[in-house]
Amino acid sequence: MTATFEPTVETTVSLTIDGSTVEVPAGTSIHKACESVDIDTPTLCWAENLTPVNVCRVCVVEVEGQRALVPSCARAVEDGMVVETDSERVRHSRKMVLEFLGSGVELDQAPELQKWMEHYGSDTSRYDQYELPALKMGEAPKIQDNLYIRDYDRCVLCYKCVEACGDDAQHTYAIAVSGRGFDARISTEFDVTLPDSACVYCGNCIGVCPTGAIQFKTEYDLRSVDDWRPDDQEITRTVCSYCGVGCNLELHTQDDTIVKVTSPADHSVTSGMLCVKGRFGWQYVQPLDPPTRKRSR
Amino acid sequence: MADLYISDETADDVEIAAVDAALGGRFVIVREGERLVRAGTSKRHGHRHLLLPALHALQNAKGWISPGGLNHVCETLQVPPAEAFGVATFYDLFRTDEPKRVGDVTHVCVDAACQIAGSGDRIAELRAQGVDVHESPCLGQCERADHRTGEVAEFVQGVGGPDRVDADERPYELFHQRGDDSLRLLHRVGVVDPTSLASYREHGGYAALAAAIAMGPDAVCDAVADSGLSGRGGAAFPTGIKWRAVAAEQGRPKHVVANCDESEPGTFKDRVVMENDPFAVVEALTIAGFATGAENGWIYIRGEYPLATARLQNAINQALDAGLLGDDAAGSGRRFTIEIRRGAGAYICGEETALFASLEGFRGEPRSKPPFPTTHGLFQEPTAINNPETLLNVLDIVQIGADGYRSRGTERSPGTKLLCLSGRVARPGVYEVEFGTTLGEVLELAGGLTGSGKLRAVLMGGAAGSFIDGSYLDMPITLEDARERGTTLGSGVVMAFTDEIDMVEVLVRIAQFFRDESCGQCVPCRVGCVRQHETMVVLQQKGSLTPERRQLVDDISQVMVDASICGFGHTATNAINSAIELGLVPGVPS
Ligand SMILES: Cc1cc2nc3c(=O)[nH]c(=O)nc-3n(C[C@H](O)[C@H](O)[C@H](O)COP(=O)(O)O)c2cc1C
Ligand code: SF4
Ligand code: SF4
Ligand code: SF4
Ligand code: FES
Ligand code: FES
Repeated sequence: MTATFEPTVETTVSLTIDGSTVEVPAGTSIHKACESVDIDTPTLCWAENLTPVNVCRVCVVEVEGQRALVPSCARAVEDGMVVETDSERVRHSRKMVLEFLGSGVELDQAPELQKWMEHYGSDTSRYDQYELPALKMGEAPKIQDNLYIRDYDRCVLCYKCVEACGDDAQHTYAIAVSGRGFDARISTEFDVTLPDSACVYCGNCIGVCPTGAIQFKTEYDLRSVDDWRPDDQEITRTVCSYCGVGCNLELHTQDDTIVKVTSPADHSVTSGMLCVKGRFGWQYVQPLDPPTRKRSR
Repeated sequence: MADLYISDETADDVEIAAVDAALGGRFVIVREGERLVRAGTSKRHGHRHLLLPALHALQNAKGWISPGGLNHVCETLQVPPAEAFGVATFYDLFRTDEPKRVGDVTHVCVDAACQIAGSGDRIAELRAQGVDVHESPCLGQCERADHRTGEVAEFVQGVGGPDRVDADERPYELFHQRGDDSLRLLHRVGVVDPTSLASYREHGGYAALAAAIAMGPDAVCDAVADSGLSGRGGAAFPTGIKWRAVAAEQGRPKHVVANCDESEPGTFKDRVVMENDPFAVVEALTIAGFATGAENGWIYIRGEYPLATARLQNAINQALDAGLLGDDAAGSGRRFTIEIRRGAGAYICGEETALFASLEGFRGEPRSKPPFPTTHGLFQEPTAINNPETLLNVLDIVQIGADGYRSRGTERSPGTKLLCLSGRVARPGVYEVEFGTTLGEVLELAGGLTGSGKLRAVLMGGAAGSFIDGSYLDMPITLEDARERGTTLGSGVVMAFTDEIDMVEVLVRIAQFFRDESCGQCVPCRVGCVRQHETMVVLQQKGSLTPERRQLVDDISQVMVDASICGFGHTATNAINSAIELGLVPGVPS
């Protein structure tokens, strides 16, 4: 096979955002184009290291000539596009999406969302004033091993964990969306426990979850006794020593104890993803309950 | 992909036999290769698209999908169990918990036409007899709902035996235009033997395909474009533009799909056509394949249509035997085949991109457009998807030409339209009318109102459509007049309500319908439908809404219209908003 070297012509696209002209490379998302001119956009289901699913709709913007608002995270810019990020309609939709989420899901561990809710004036209490209380997720935490817990009362169904477990990183497919409508939940097959599922405890789902619905057992335990103190925590960057890949780890320590491990999303090797050894290997002092795999075919 | 982890539970012989029969020996167990992607890049030569038929087989064998049964399917098709479970739990017709009592389940419709005919009473009666009843959204038999007799739509989901609709055992007497010479689309209904290709041919069948082949694909696309035909599935998109776009795609497999999911409450026209003139659907889809250069035809039909499914399958089999389908379909020199896929109880799967996802073996979640189906449709390949009524029009167009076709209807709405008359009309049923006929004339055609009440409202276009009142009786039934007067023809629903009917109860049910049927993917619709329903329940309990709650109705509606992913969320508040605007809701200022 002969390699052909063609000069790559980087075409730029010119569009208008909130009245100012912006030039960005073709193929850029509207969201990134906004970022390039310091317009901050709320996002929830979007992440740098995942394929856009554009389901949360919190990032919507108004594009001239389009009947409905468009998700800025997933729509590519077009030449001559006229985008409004702070119109009446945009503000209303963002306010309502956040309000809807807050009305059914526990968001007290999602400070970023809370900030935006305040910004747009979301008032989740107006759903609860009914004689008929607003329906909530209504899920009890699933604590099935010593490594991490799933508290779907906090789940906004952003699909990030499913993507991280599946096509976008892990290719394990231990979890998926089940049910329909408001009954949709992240679940293993027949809701079996994680040790009984395909889960390999890479913890990538923990890393991407924006609301604390999936979290380290250590963090969960400290939070339940009101002793989770992020401000007192130190973060040490290191390279995982288990194998030769060279994954970057961020060890979070509180009172000299490792309480969780993350990986920088922008790291070239991991894109924020790790395996069980990097994510949980520090727990060698406390015996892991290795998932009892029944059959592998 | 990586190895699958599959738990210990195994399928029993009944389940294995059912699945293997459904897959018909067409598969080989693949142990590697295919990458399964949520966005639907799995290819047809993979096996994931057989997931839905396999799940149907399990459900039918045991009355539920057991862990062992699911494992067998997952291993056979190499689908991760968590994903297969996610798919199974998406559909109403599948259950994943073991039933206490295994046996037939009777689905009784609780949507508007049946609701006002007394489905509540019927359900109580059946339950008192010990029948296992499932309350169902519209079953597409709305013309059977009759408050005078108390009949409502029912569908029996079988275990170990076939699904059935008991009313199908009786001769079909709800088509009132039989033998009318002026009919263009329904002239064979009630006249032709729907099980016989010979009878179909005697009544002019397959002349259109011959004409199309003689014209050539480009000329067929041109005629369809010139005819001004627009889609009858609800969105009224010009069919010619769609077909030309698919015809222009080269070098990839292409598909034509008949969208026979027909689940819009109040809609039953496609069912009447499929049951009574199934060869026409097969012939018209073959012409679509010929015109667009697609080799693969698909019929996606809702799971609650057993008779239509059987008749279509029979028509396909006879067409294959006669060489009208196959490697050289009708001597066209082109290969064209048709496969039927059954849905499993999910209104959203009528949305075209959700339909593709469902057919491919994924959850029926709509995909973002663009890209559009004409370039990225089924299996991400170019696809023309049409409603069967749209397709029927093509039989006429290729035979009488675009000009002949345009001799009926209006300039902007040429041709004829199938309307589904139901509710408080004397003779409910499907009617074919020329575009331009007024609403009042249409109601007269159906025998006028029945019962002692006066006309209070008409639901146009289904639950996703809107309510209008008696001041619209002079409105010509055309796309342009409907749009101008702020309503819609949608899927052709015309459901009449008299002033004896409690409209708030009807609205609560419509809100419940959307709440139950939302796919749940996007926040505005997933949560908005629930909040809309809660508001309507409070209204029903209190008899009025406070100003704050009245404001909420508008706030919910606006975000759903603006920010939802698909047409479901965009239209889910239409009916209720229009009812409030018309003043149909006491206690709520418009
Ligand atoms: C929620 C929803 C449900 C739909 N259901 C159907 C359906 O049951 N049958 C149908 O033909 N079109 C349905 N549609 C419209 C399809 O998306 C699509 O526009 C249509 O099949 C195209 O065919 P046509 O151009 O012949 O109308 C639905 C759309 C939405 C948003
Ligand atoms: S820990 Fe890894 S394998 Fe387990 S569910 Fe999360 S992403 Fe999937
Ligand atoms: S568990 Fe977390 S990552 Fe997964 S869908 Fe819910 S909120 Fe998103
Ligand atoms: S609008 Fe409703 S049905 Fe459509 S994608 Fe969103 S949640 Fe699903
Ligand atoms: S961040 Fe764009 S839709 Fe969720
Ligand atoms: S079958 Fe009952 S409303 Fe359609």
